[in-house]
Amino acid sequence: MTTLTQRVPSRFLPVLATVVLFVLAFGFGSVRYDGFASGQVIANLFIDNAFLIVLAAGMTFVILSGGIDLSVGSVVALSTMVTASGLQAGWPVPLVILAVLLTGSTLGLLMGLVIHKFDIQPFIVTLAGMFLARGLCFLISVESVSIKDRTFRDVATTAIELPGGVTITYNVVIALLVVAAAMYVLHRTRFGRTVYAVGGNESSALLMGLPTTRVKVGVYVISGLCSSLAGLLFSLYMLSGYGLHAVGMELDAIAAVVIGGTLLAGGVGYVLGGLAGVLVLGTIQTLISFQGTLSSWWTKIVIGVLLLVFIAVQRTMVRR
Amino acid sequence: MTESPPPVVEMRGISLAFPGVKALQDVDFRLFPGEVHALMGENGAGKSTLIKTLTGVHRPDAGQVVLAGEDVAFSSPGEAQHAGISTVYQEVNLCANLTVAENILLGREPRRLGGIDFPAMRRRAAEVLARIGVHIDPASSLSEHPIAVQQLVAIARAIAVDCSVLVLDEPTSSLDAGEVAELFRIMRVLRDEGVAILFVSHFLDQVYEISDRMTVLRNGTLVGEHLTADVDRRSLIAQMIGRDLGTLEAIEDAAEKRRPGGPALVRAEGLGKRGAIEPFDLDIRAGEVVGLAGLLGSGRTELARLLFGADRADSGRLLVDGAPLRLRGPRSAIAAGIAFSSEDRKGEGLVADLSIRDNLVLAMQAARGWTRPLPRRTKDHLVEKYLKALDIRPANPDALVRTLSGGNQQKVLLARWLVTEPRLLILDEPTRGIDIGAKAQIQQLVTTLAAEGTAILFISAELEEVVRIADRIVVLRDRRKIAELDGAVTGVDEVVELIAGGAAPEKVVS
Repeated sequence: MTTLTQRVPSRFLPVLATVVLFVLAFGFGSVRYDGFASGQVIANLFIDNAFLIVLAAGMTFVILSGGIDLSVGSVVALSTMVTASGLQAGWPVPLVILAVLLTGSTLGLLMGLVIHKFDIQPFIVTLAGMFLARGLCFLISVESVSIKDRTFRDVATTAIELPGGVTITYNVVIALLVVAAAMYVLHRTRFGRTVYAVGGNESSALLMGLPTTRVKVGVYVISGLCSSLAGLLFSLYMLSGYGLHAVGMELDAIAAVVIGGTLLAGGVGYVLGGLAGVLVLGTIQTLISFQGTLSSWWTKIVIGVLLLVFIAVQRTMVRR
Repeated sequence: MTESPPPVVEMRGISLAFPGVKALQDVDFRLFPGEVHALMGENGAGKSTLIKTLTGVHRPDAGQVVLAGEDVAFSSPGEAQHAGISTVYQEVNLCANLTVAENILLGREPRRLGGIDFPAMRRRAAEVLARIGVHIDPASSLSEHPIAVQQLVAIARAIAVDCSVLVLDEPTSSLDAGEVAELFRIMRVLRDEGVAILFVSHFLDQVYEISDRMTVLRNGTLVGEHLTADVDRRSLIAQMIGRDLGTLEAIEDAAEKRRPGGPALVRAEGLGKRGAIEPFDLDIRAGEVVGLAGLLGSGRTELARLLFGADRADSGRLLVDGAPLRLRGPRSAIAAGIAFSSEDRKGEGLVADLSIRDNLVLAMQAARGWTRPLPRRTKDHLVEKYLKALDIRPANPDALVRTLSGGNQQKVLLARWLVTEPRLLILDEPTRGIDIGAKAQIQQLVTTLAAEGTAILFISAELEEVVRIADRIVVLRDRRKIAELDGAVTGVDEVVELIAGGAAPEKVVS
């Protein structure tokens, strides 16, 4: 371990641990089950979790700044609802997309402003946002609304062929673009570095003369925007809008980010960690479906154990 | 010093009140370009508040701030920085999770195509660091460096921009002599370039060495503004504390008159812990002040923690009143009448968000046990007694500990332990970072307690203080007890020689 810590800066260790975990889990599956070690299984990890990857990217901003956003799952549901009913009402696709993205970011902006102006814990404010968004879904319709729009169905079902006969969907491309954009903003721009500064020590960041207000509100706008985009991807994946979509998905997103090595206290973590976290969750799901005899709730149990282990590991690392 | 240029900063009639505290009352302050101006005063005199009013952290209730001839009202530190006021605060206010380069340049980093130009940023940071003689990797994480280096990084951040006013709030408290000299060299260079420097320090030597002019505050009011050359130390101290220096001499007399004898209250026989401190013998009698002298890292705190049971000894034994006592942890030490006032008063001692009263009551109640609640009247009586005995300011039991100055927080911490009426009181650096007035009061309190029969183990990095106050001085070096001296006949030089004896002490900082 000493030789490893000498070569790799300790701040990369949690992300590295997650990647190692992913490789181990995947390796285990490949040895145990026929057909597990194929390119398409990996591609499916991305296809089935594209929306979660986008959610995790947005959540990374919020958690890095020292906050939390519990509303993302409900915003995904609301976005599927707006998409489905908008298309049903015959709105053009660009208008639907614009409306969805605007709804998500406005909700995020409102929550950010309330958190900042009234100095209330993000937990409570975004919990309120979660109920609000979920309620709005049923205001639009209590039924599941299916998407019949041609363009949407075409985009959803188009398979992009990669070398080696592996196919992915447009969802995957969009998710990866979001990850790239998030990495650029967080790691290469002043706004991103200020997110880290605020998460590391907010009063220091303020005394350093950094725009802490803009950052503290901005991360919720970004998370809202990512949630609505994830909602669009989820609409493409499910081809329906429903108020009971994505129940509890905010917890999956938080779990992925934390398993990816981002410190819940803020200030430490990487966008790629969130991606690795999503892939670990996806691999566990795939393993359980390959096993065939295990029920799907085993996924939850494994995620719970992993989360606990990672929090404990982080804790000991911070102490050092 | 010439009077010809107009002041770059002029603050007139500044008043500011916090809940329960009038922090500043009608204070005037001037700062001229090309001077080093020392802001003097005890802890709680309002120095930090005045600085924070200038730098946009606080907004004054009344009065005006004029910068370069124009009225300004900063609503954030960012605005003040933009207007050319750079500040280095007393406690390092940087982000430990970022790199050194980011800490120096974040908010004004070089950019390319909308993103941060990291190579240029590291180059620029290295230049600034080189200017103040620090050679560390700008890409390293700030948390990897010791506090002294972090302080220098904070200074680098302050001078990384063209500033007309540089505020240094106790920048030297974590620097060693060589680093202070280096800092002063930089300050002189900046001063000669026309920067107005506001400097706060508790070290009078430094103030006299570097400053051209000084403003003295006491209890939130202005006492006077002088050219440094016009005031001698005696009258400066008199102005700062508002009373004469007789107290200091009285402390020394008291130490010489005390001649405690009798059996040891606490005796350590071969007590030690591998990696922390080698086995040592030590007797502490009732009514005796034992001083611990040694460099940082010589094992002072480690020794104290063994006596308090905060760390478990792996050899030797501890006797209290001649009977062996097995310390299972601080609880059993407290039960045996041993109290330990930690050097980290913020982290380990006080609950900053509670009032003075609640902090004291907490300790009393803990000592009595939860089953025997304290009557309200006893509480009020005790709180009032200790507020008065220790001269805690503001003398308002409902003031939050967070809002008190360092010296007053230290007094509250002391009071917390005193209410439990300990038989052995271990004081780890009780006077660090506090001013002369509060220091003298704490020293006097120590002698009074000893005269009343409390045994005291006094740890301090300031040898003068240890020599003045202690009946016996235990000298530590490299985690070993190397000598025990009679406090009454020992001088500082003798102790220094013992500490320095053998190999030269290692320097902490590169």
